[in-house]
Amino acid sequence: MKIIVCVKQVPDAKDVRLDPKTNTLAREGVQSIMNPYDQHALEEAVRLKDELGAEVTVLTMGPPQAEDVLRQSIACGADHGVLVSDRAFAGADTWATSYTLAQAIDFLGGADLVLCGKQAIDGDTAQVGPGLAMRLDMPFITCIQKVREADASGLVAERMMDDGYDVVAVDYPVLLTVVKDLNTPRVPSLKGKMRAKKAQFQVLSAADIGADPSLIGLAGSPTQVVRVFPPKPRGERTVLTGDMDEQVSELARRLNAYLQ
Amino acid sequence: MDYFLSEEQEMIVETAREITDERIIPARAELDEKHEFPRAILNEMAQADLFAVPIPEEYGGFGGGCIDNVLALEQLGRGCVGVGTAFAASALGIYPILIAGSDEMKSKYLPDVASGAKFAAFGLTEANAGSDASGIRTTAVPDGDEWVINGTKQWITNGGEAQIYTIVAITDRSRGARGASMFVVEEGDAGFTCGPKEKKMGIRASSTTELIFKDCRIPKDRLIGRLGTGFITVMKTLDSSRPGIAALGLGLAQGALDEAASYAKQRVQFGKPIISFQAVQHLLADMAIQLEAARALVYGAARHIDAHPKDMTKVSSMCKVFATDVAMKVAVDAVQVMGGYGFMSEYPVEKMMRDAKILQIYEGTNQIQRNVIGQELNKEYSRS
Repeated sequence: MKIIVCVKQVPDAKDVRLDPKTNTLAREGVQSIMNPYDQHALEEAVRLKDELGAEVTVLTMGPPQAEDVLRQSIACGADHGVLVSDRAFAGADTWATSYTLAQAIDFLGGADLVLCGKQAIDGDTAQVGPGLAMRLDMPFITCIQKVREADASGLVAERMMDDGYDVVAVDYPVLLTVVKDLNTPRVPSLKGKMRAKKAQFQVLSAADIGADPSLIGLAGSPTQVVRVFPPKPRGERTVLTGDMDEQVSELARRLNAYLQ
Repeated sequence: MDYFLSEEQEMIVETAREITDERIIPARAELDEKHEFPRAILNEMAQADLFAVPIPEEYGGFGGGCIDNVLALEQLGRGCVGVGTAFAASALGIYPILIAGSDEMKSKYLPDVASGAKFAAFGLTEANAGSDASGIRTTAVPDGDEWVINGTKQWITNGGEAQIYTIVAITDRSRGARGASMFVVEEGDAGFTCGPKEKKMGIRASSTTELIFKDCRIPKDRLIGRLGTGFITVMKTLDSSRPGIAALGLGLAQGALDEAASYAKQRVQFGKPIISFQAVQHLLADMAIQLEAARALVYGAARHIDAHPKDMTKVSSMCKVFATDVAMKVAVDAVQVMGGYGFMSEYPVEKMMRDAKILQIYEGTNQIQRNVIGQELNKEYSRS
């Protein structure tokens, strides 16, 4: 069984700043981490590997320093890491990114199971997973909160919904995007860290994966960021005090005043 | 201070720190309150290879020495000495096998302890044999292809939770110190049971029970090393393990200092954070001085011990005494800095102060350690 986990290196959310000139995220001097949702996707892949026996490949698109998340993945139990890296990929939106990742997965010979985090905490679009599945012509289930059972031919999983969850049974190949309820990512082991230290990663360029230059990077990205700005602070908030009757009358009084 | 750790050692610290910050610290208050054995956390520590640290690579370990174990235990102790003790006691339980066991015995037991599939425990203390190990009453008598063990061990850490127990029993009372031997007893051996969990002042996450042997029959090959070498193995085991207790003390002291100093920065009295008052600064300064001195001694001792020197016993005792006395003092002072808040169980220093006390008592009281150091000095100066 072949599992591919797509991960993204993102700025640590504890330390987010905007570049006032370009209105994009200031990445210089900001600590990078593996997108937290992707950590859960990776954990599930390693858990399935422990249970069923599988080959886990971690795939990331990014600059050379994105190798850090591949190294972290090896420490957490992944078998291989692949870095899709080329200056031509720069400026990719979710459309171009999902195309690029799909090309890379095809180049790697496909997979039975592709796992992605629900979304990345920098862009928060939640589009790459589904987009990637469409490009791979693979069924997908988003927001997986639990994999109930899995074997060599398919799995049964819970999809988180607003009012509960769906239980979905699916055969491979399939792409899942996952939420944080799925599992608790393990602490990387010492032996894993030793393996990670020595790990070598396959680096794929646009030419390697046979990417159409018009579909990658900025050129292949229909999204244009017009302006990024911090949201306006919320208005003043008042906490009502007193016993329940007093609070309700006060609330009714204020609502009436507002309605008139 | 920079102690020039190797890359592997930094990895050990990082791994143990992650387990401590993400798993132990959020759980410690509840574990303490419920006297709950931290099995889930220990399983995660196993998965992260921490149990493998002191075990040689050929038995599935990480091949670390005393210093490596010290680095892991220091982090764990910063989070919770109860959890740290459960972890340390498993290493203590396999030291006799590591030190004196045959290759077959090592192959049989060490890989499972390295992977964390099994926990170990060490059984020496009895009702009448604490500081004075010659009071041991537990006996092992040969009978055909078996040993028959009778007696009761007391206050055994990981009792009821471990699967592998290394215990000391008298095999020939007439031979005095050469009449004791060590054996491996396994969970489930006929005639072996553990008593109920003791209620303790501190380290409540760890399990402490009696080990009860009633005509407990074990195969002949469970003898560790040669017959009559039990006391020597015990002494060597404790020489190796004591720096680990010192490390738990370092961790506890660091945790207490961290709590006290950050509290002192936030707590405002007389219009100023109390850290700006000299009375509080001097308390914190003394805590920091003693902690760093203890750390320098413990790391130095652990590295020295890894070279298997002749004066291992003295150095091992010295670091245990100093670091655990410092831990007690720093914990008491941390409570003092935090005043009434420090006395409340809502804040972690209350538990730290209770936990610190055992460090001065177990694996040889600090008074016994001073005896040992004194006797070693006596020997050294008789030679010159």
